[in-house]
Amino acid sequence: MSSEATGAEHAAEEGGLVFHPMDQFIVKPLFGDTIAWYTPTNVTLWMGFSILAIIALLVLSTSKRAIVPSRAQSIAELAYGFIYKMVEDVAGKDGVKYFPYIMTLFMFIVCANFLGLLPMSFTTTSHIAVTAVMAMAVFLTVTILGFYLNGFGFLNIFWIRQAPLVLRPILALIEIISYFVRPISHSIRLAGNMMAGHAVIKVFAGFAAIAAIAPVSIAAISAIYALEVLVSFIQAYVFAILTCVYLKDALHPHH
Amino acid sequence: MEGDVVQMGAYIGAGLACTGMGGAAVGVGHVVGNYLSGALRNPSAAGGQTATMFIGIAFSEALGIFSFLVALLLMFAV
Repeated sequence: MSSEATGAEHAAEEGGLVFHPMDQFIVKPLFGDTIAWYTPTNVTLWMGFSILAIIALLVLSTSKRAIVPSRAQSIAELAYGFIYKMVEDVAGKDGVKYFPYIMTLFMFIVCANFLGLLPMSFTTTSHIAVTAVMAMAVFLTVTILGFYLNGFGFLNIFWIRQAPLVLRPILALIEIISYFVRPISHSIRLAGNMMAGHAVIKVFAGFAAIAAIAPVSIAAISAIYALEVLVSFIQAYVFAILTCVYLKDALHPHH
Repeated sequence: MEGDVVQMGAYIGAGLACTGMGGAAVGVGHVVGNYLSGALRNPSAAGGQTATMFIGIAFSEALGIFSFLVALLLMFAV
């Protein structure tokens, strides 16, 4: 590890291909220089691409409705069945009503993550602003839904009846804190994983400019890239499954 | 000498915050290891518990991500 660190310093001194690993996360406007709220930026572009990818996968590939499905159609059917089963298992039978929302979240996150793995692309989900909006939407939905369905009985999720009476106020405090930390951890988990993984790939790409260790670092990039493909999927899955867990709290606040 | 004591403290703190990732690694390894030992004892029950394992991984990983966040805040926000 230390030899690689000195290698990076050598590259910086020799003026090789040196770039900051966090440069890939800079939001740039597509046209011109100024950024206002309506400016189309690379974030807008890649979000649009991920929506196009979802449409291509879920709408175009299933439009033929072949009995013997094509490859694209079977991927779409697999994704649908996978998420449907997950919602049914985790949130229960009455959680299936909210399946479209969770499917939307999962497909958007998984497409954005996978598109972000293309070279020269931009990972929209690596920005906390993007994931925080999704996590806050889940948090507000779950809270409002919980109070709408159960009234003040929703507060039962903070008052654990199985615990001894002495412990309950302490547990209630811990539960309340953990409830309000949810949107933070929910959003930062996804953004942090995406950002860290892409930064690691770029760090090794910087080492690849040094001829002596280039084969090692290219092998490392390939290995980390494979890991990132896995992480991209798992993080989308985790986001969706945690949404289901929170939804279950809203539907059944009694432990 | 360039920079100041505050910046030095921020950088040292950012480095120290990275030790939290080790804790998250222990936690995730514990969850998966126990899942695997349980799954090898009773393979027929393993499939139903994969989702629970991922929830456990997600919760323990979140705390490691918090340490990463603290490091980022110290590096760029303080």
